[in-house]
Amino acid sequence: MHRGIVAVSAAAALLALSGCAGDGVALDDQSRSLTIWVDDDRQEPVARAVEQFTEDTGVEVEIVLRNYEEIRNDFISQVPTGEGPDITVGANDWLGELAVNGVISPIEPGELTEEMEPVSLEAFTYEGQTWAVPYAIENLALIRNTAMTDVTPETWDEAVEVGEELDADYPILLQMDTEGDPYMMYPMQTSFGAEVFEQAEDGSYEPEIAMGGEPGAEFAQWLDVQGQARVLDTTVTFDIAREAFANEESPYLISGPWILPEVEHLDVAVEPIPRPGDQEAVPFVGAQGFYISSQTESPLLAAELVTDYLASHDAQVALFEAGGRTPALQSAAEVAAEDPRMDGFAQVGAEGLPMPGIPEMAIVFDYWGVAHAQIVDGRSQDPAVTWEQTMDTIQAQVDD
Amino acid sequence: MTERSQTTEGTAVRQTAGTPHASYGRGFWVKLVIMAIINAVGVMIIFSAAQAQSWGILAGMAGLLIAADWVYFSKRALPLKYILPGFAFLLVYQVFVVLYTAGIAFTNYGTGHIGSQQDAADQLVAQNEQRVEGSESYPVAVVLPEGEDGGLLGEEELGFAVVEDSQVLVGTAEQPLRPVEGAEADADQVTSVPGYQVLDREEVLDRQTEVAELRVPFGEDEAEGALLTQDGRTAHVYEQTLVYDEEAETLTHVEDGTVYSPTEEGLFAAEDGTELAVGWRVFVGFDNFVTGIADTQTAGPFFEVLAWTFVFALASVVLTYLVGMFLAIAFQHERLRGRRIYRVLVILPYAFPGFLSALLFAGMLNERFGFVNEVLLGGASIPWLTDPWLAKLSIILVNTWLGFPYMFLVCMGALQAIPKDSLEAASIDGAGPLRRWWSVTLPMLMVPTAPLLIATFAFNFNNFNLVYMLTGGGPRMEGVEAPVGHTDILITMVFKISGLASGQATDYGLAAAMSLVIFLIVTVIAVISFRRTRSLEEIH
Repeated sequence: MHRGIVAVSAAAALLALSGCAGDGVALDDQSRSLTIWVDDDRQEPVARAVEQFTEDTGVEVEIVLRNYEEIRNDFISQVPTGEGPDITVGANDWLGELAVNGVISPIEPGELTEEMEPVSLEAFTYEGQTWAVPYAIENLALIRNTAMTDVTPETWDEAVEVGEELDADYPILLQMDTEGDPYMMYPMQTSFGAEVFEQAEDGSYEPEIAMGGEPGAEFAQWLDVQGQARVLDTTVTFDIAREAFANEESPYLISGPWILPEVEHLDVAVEPIPRPGDQEAVPFVGAQGFYISSQTESPLLAAELVTDYLASHDAQVALFEAGGRTPALQSAAEVAAEDPRMDGFAQVGAEGLPMPGIPEMAIVFDYWGVAHAQIVDGRSQDPAVTWEQTMDTIQAQVDD
Repeated sequence: MTERSQTTEGTAVRQTAGTPHASYGRGFWVKLVIMAIINAVGVMIIFSAAQAQSWGILAGMAGLLIAADWVYFSKRALPLKYILPGFAFLLVYQVFVVLYTAGIAFTNYGTGHIGSQQDAADQLVAQNEQRVEGSESYPVAVVLPEGEDGGLLGEEELGFAVVEDSQVLVGTAEQPLRPVEGAEADADQVTSVPGYQVLDREEVLDRQTEVAELRVPFGEDEAEGALLTQDGRTAHVYEQTLVYDEEAETLTHVEDGTVYSPTEEGLFAAEDGTELAVGWRVFVGFDNFVTGIADTQTAGPFFEVLAWTFVFALASVVLTYLVGMFLAIAFQHERLRGRRIYRVLVILPYAFPGFLSALLFAGMLNERFGFVNEVLLGGASIPWLTDPWLAKLSIILVNTWLGFPYMFLVCMGALQAIPKDSLEAASIDGAGPLRRWWSVTLPMLMVPTAPLLIATFAFNFNNFNLVYMLTGGGPRMEGVEAPVGHTDILITMVFKISGLASGQATDYGLAAAMSLVIFLIVTVIAVISFRRTRSLEEIH
């Protein structure tokens, strides 16, 4: 009995020992190795780019597979403790938060300025600095099932009409959720002129909400009408929209390039988003890129890997092939554009607005979609009032 | 077996008095080896802690190690020999966690307040250092001045050498760039400089942190900017807009001379109140508790959520218990055929991972496509998860479904222990089935199951999985500034207002403070309930 307890604690101690062994290795020369966080989609192409890097420099790079949703928070909490990676993959809308927390270093794009799609670098610009090397841009567009209709609708009503004539289950599919999906809804909003933030002269966003006023009210009314007609529906989530489009229950789907692998069996065309308002329906353009940790012990190697290897033509093409998103590097984007569908996305994206990367954007997302959902669900007495109140709440939170 | 080893030990003790050598039996050596391993591990942890400068962990580990050695080698600490391992785990996994949470609860740890003041200052300086627009990029060589005897000087002396107008310039952090004679360059790349050693790539990489931090001024005047490199190959001219004064701990804007001083909130602020974005962690006292409970933004929802949390946890316990007990009693009935099959069927929901079931139910309760509305209710469109009251009802019902098998199992066991004769006696006395249940079965069942009910209550009080997976806390409360929903319980509310749920600015300090509040509530309830339970036992 007595020995039993000792044995158990010894076993526990041994477990602890094996846990610590990893830390012991950390005593080695850290400045000659790199760790990079990637998610599933990116793992393989990054591994290929890194292989070349290791061959050229003899520097070992550890690729750590992370769940994409967890990267942002883990990066912020682990970098200051010295446990974080040297490089991580990430989206441009994380930028403000990462910068405010001081966990990333600015990057000098140098020659890349001419080689990258301007919108991709713009998306990673904050406070006059570039903070990541972009590798892909993505945006929404209209995806048309060419077997069902050959009409490219210019306006939202036209699309609905075509859908209804075809007697489709859904005239047009736009995913929502019980708490809304503002990213998906944004092009509709911009067509009424209700853009999310005020923009400074150089195109950068300022923390002043610009979605209210007359354009906002008109958009809210439109949401109400579509909700009553059940063209928009909060129960139509991503999964349901994808299913329905794949089953040819609708001729039109508004979605991003990530949907293409799911509808490989259909013949589709990618076209501009039909506008419900008077102006063009302009989507957000989001960018993906590689950030460098501010606490890296290998700053030169990290910069070299990111700017010379991950931004290379081959790497960007490989990343495109794995992830299906338009490359940020122009020469690689040309390769992608050989696929007319990717070209369709790229053309819509060329007109797009960079997704705001300022820290205030996260606050907006917390309330914005809820207002969409509330109006579409018919839970709002007066759509315009609900909208204006939400905008006031957001502005109050932003100012806080 | 136990007796025998006791006798052996007894003999050993007796022998010790006379001949010390005889006490080192096989058991002693085994113990010695095990203790050696434990000590080795402990010392290793102490070293790692020292390296990471975690003095708290170091002290705790040292204390535990000394205690362990004393306890297992001393002859006077027999009871402690049994208690220590459990006590150590309690210390590490409970006390430490609570204290650590408490530690965070009194700071402003969260977005914008992650590191130390020094980190924040460094970051701000770096973030506000910008490449001079339209400036050239220079192929750069990293150089190290040679000492008089050919040896190398101190580490601070790294410098850059570049070619400008076919003239080689050399400079270090202290010494602005100036022309040197007799240097050689291959195209634009400097290859040798008299008095300096040109580092090759390997040497540069060996000192890459220094190289990346090196700023070589262009001239005596700061306005001319400084050269710095990010990859060790190409350098650019940068201008600093913020300068850190280590002595005064202030940041000064180069152009307009604004001075930013550290504030109590852990930010650099100018006199007119403008704050710089990057801050650091500071002690904020009870601010987080005040924000969580009394702030206008969260106070309203806090008490609403608190009330709902109690309702949810209580209703879950009562309903699961009643359903479980009813089924247990029913399946005990001897005339019921196929009891075993029923019992297995009833336990099935328990065998399924809870959060998966919650996800499944979320799908089944979907207003338009869900199984419940579509099939069971013939295409009705009942907003099970989006109406505030229906969502609450759905949560309780789903939790009852998930929880009753546990209560069923517990009650089945406890029912076996109720003596049949007391029930018979009651029925002879003329008590009907309900009366027998109320006056005999229930009280006797409560004695063994009451502690489990308290545990279930505590579990449901923090039943994050169910709420998160089923409704996500929704539907959102309207007219409330915090992003909190009608079915949010305290723990999911903490998750949301601390910014962990969305990409919003995180506030770990607030989250920790609220977690402490929850911890206190659950502890108080548990203590009171266990007292009650004891009095329940005394009645019997």
